Amino acid sequence: MLATRSIKTTAKAQAIDLAISMVDLTTLEGADTPGKVRAMCAKAVRPDPGDPSVPKVAAVCVYPDLVAEAVRALGRSGVRVASVATAFPSGRSSLAVKVEDTALAVEAGADEIDMVIDRGAFLSGDYRKIFEEIVAIKAACARGESAAGKGDAHLKVILETGELATYDNVRRASWLAMLAGADFIKTSTGKVSPAATLPVTLVMLEAVRDFRTQTGRMVGVKPAGGIRTTRDAIKYLVLVNETAGPDWLDPDWFRLGASSVLNDLLMQRQKMATGRYAGPDYFTLD
Amino acid sequence: MFEYAPAPESRDVVDIRPSYGLFVNGEWVDSLGDERDKTINPASEEVLSEFSIASQADVDRAVAAARKAYEGVWGQLPGRERAKYLFRIARIIQERSRELAVLESLDNGKPIRESRDVDLPLVAAHFFYYAGWADKLGHAGLGADPRPLGVAAQVIPWNFPLLMLAWKIAPALACGNTVVLKPAETTPLTALAFAEICRQADLPAGVVNIVTGAGATGQALVNHPDVNKVAFTGSTEVGRMIARSVAGSGKKLTLELGGKAANIVFDDAAIDQAVEGIVTGIFFNQGHVCCAGSRLLVQESIQDELLEALKRRLSTLRLGDPLDKNTDIGAINSAAQLAKIISLSEAGEQEGAQRWSASCAIPDKGFWFPPTLFTGVAQSHRIAREEIFGPVLSVLTFRTPDEAVEKANNSPYGLSAGVWTEKGSRILWMADKLRAGVVWANTFNRFDPTSPFGGYKESGYGREGGRHGLEAYLDV
Repeated sequence: MLATRSIKTTAKAQAIDLAISMVDLTTLEGADTPGKVRAMCAKAVRPDPGDPSVPKVAAVCVYPDLVAEAVRALGRSGVRVASVATAFPSGRSSLAVKVEDTALAVEAGADEIDMVIDRGAFLSGDYRKIFEEIVAIKAACARGESAAGKGDAHLKVILETGELATYDNVRRASWLAMLAGADFIKTSTGKVSPAATLPVTLVMLEAVRDFRTQTGRMVGVKPAGGIRTTRDAIKYLVLVNETAGPDWLDPDWFRLGASSVLNDLLMQRQKMATGRYAGPDYFTLD
Repeated sequence: MFEYAPAPESRDVVDIRPSYGLFVNGEWVDSLGDERDKTINPASEEVLSEFSIASQADVDRAVAAARKAYEGVWGQLPGRERAKYLFRIARIIQERSRELAVLESLDNGKPIRESRDVDLPLVAAHFFYYAGWADKLGHAGLGADPRPLGVAAQVIPWNFPLLMLAWKIAPALACGNTVVLKPAETTPLTALAFAEICRQADLPAGVVNIVTGAGATGQALVNHPDVNKVAFTGSTEVGRMIARSVAGSGKKLTLELGGKAANIVFDDAAIDQAVEGIVTGIFFNQGHVCCAGSRLLVQESIQDELLEALKRRLSTLRLGDPLDKNTDIGAINSAAQLAKIISLSEAGEQEGAQRWSASCAIPDKGFWFPPTLFTGVAQSHRIAREEIFGPVLSVLTFRTPDEAVEKANNSPYGLSAGVWTEKGSRILWMADKLRAGVVWANTFNRFDPTSPFGGYKESGYGREGGRHGLEAYLDV
């Protein structure tokens, strides 16, 4: 019900631009190459080559070995580089490997780390293990004195809600991640179905809202996977507005992990500006 | 930054006549009397249409038509034939649901979101459900070949005009009775549209008759000597009068009256879900729900947390144009009802309860009341005992499960109750102890045609819905 508010005209145009600026443009395929990443970075900076008024996206999200490539391609554009880490997507590896995985991505220049939690440990009730892992990864996100100008990498914790199965688990995992120091909580890797859903995101938004009430610290939320249309994206924004509140309507506090949604947002944006729909060939496929 | 745009449902889909007669014997007829009344849109006070106040002679004519149809056609028809008509009506309702939803919201003031997503689907579901029973009455556990009663006089309220019509007419027709129905005087339009649907479905003349009017018409109808069954949904006060006048007449009677339901939240409940349930419980349909969860019983240890979450949620509710798809809270149905809500709220303040209302802009025209809650309410306060029938929640606390049961049952009413807890055994224990016709667990105001509904104590007697609902319309 919350997500069924009507957004039109000016508000819709603003919502579309806001949604574009919240996108974490993502490629996480075995077949990723430096060329593919460079192309995606170009799109991240100028989503619509024909229209400079389109805002840039929040970040690109890549595998650790391609971080350096993305950093080079993005330069000083302001688009951040996020890297998945910690044996993404399954999280099935030793803590030492996960920490090293993270440290290398940070060293390569990642601004944000998207880690996965150990769902096996969660489902077997070993919450302490997850807590300590998150704490360790958070420590690995710290950048030494040497990194000029760059702060510590932000830590996004992927709960993989599709494997946690129940809303109770989602809520519990959200709190676990926030207490352990997560800067963001994220629904999914995109490799498991179902990925992000509105109800799961609602539970997580309630969790960050309550966490701020109790601790004063604000944590971001990132639904990822399965968000394909402008309609979907706007539903998420309405949910944010009505649940956590307008403070979260900001790329610093809410992200949309997606790739295909960007072209639909661009198409709707152009439709609002010109009154006509352009075909898919008029939007770049990067 | 986020402005929601108005998204009004188009009024063009409805075709309201400037004036309506009565629907008797399959025809539109003029009233034999000359009294008329107007029905208005409570959100704008604009006059929607004029309708007849049926006189005693009109009621006589309608009952005679129903009797003739019962003796001549409907009472003889095999169940499977009756089912065909009911299925047909159900399908027409589905096809015309958008139009009926808009009409309902215009006449009643309820948000289109509710009439479209709740009322109309339930109306169609009710006809589908009882259509299925029509040829299986011998398997309902009420005898091998239960017989219909005859002519049913049905009087329905204004809070769910078309849904209450469905609750009354669907089982009556499925069982082989014919019907004279009187809708409420503030909301006659969907019942009159239903008359059109009966014609569209080729329902034999006289099986359904609709007479409009106010209290006097209703009185003439239920007191009519040729009526075999009286079904009433409305206030306890009128219900008492009907029970008195029907006593000794041999008419079978079912009453579905007021309520003052307790919504009980234990400390282990999921708070956000409970808050949604409380909102659904009392602010759904502006609180114009007989089974509304108008008393919140919250375990003392979580009172502050729950109330804070509830107030935050209430602040996001949008009050305004019922036809706007964004609207959560529509208009109060009538000036008289608004006056009653205001007077009981004032009584609440005078008796020492603390009032909190969501801050929302109230439109200039029409009848409106903001979502309101009272804290510090005691069992002895009027707002804890009397049915307000508006968007007003009384918050009380309890310490132990026993105290919760005691307070919940300490009411002249017993229509419904809600229990919010993670513990299954406690739900069962509570359901066993609560003196209420319906007990919802971790949900509220959830309806289904298969589930019987009705009250204890002053909330009435008889059940509507489900297999139990058949009993009211059969000679058993």
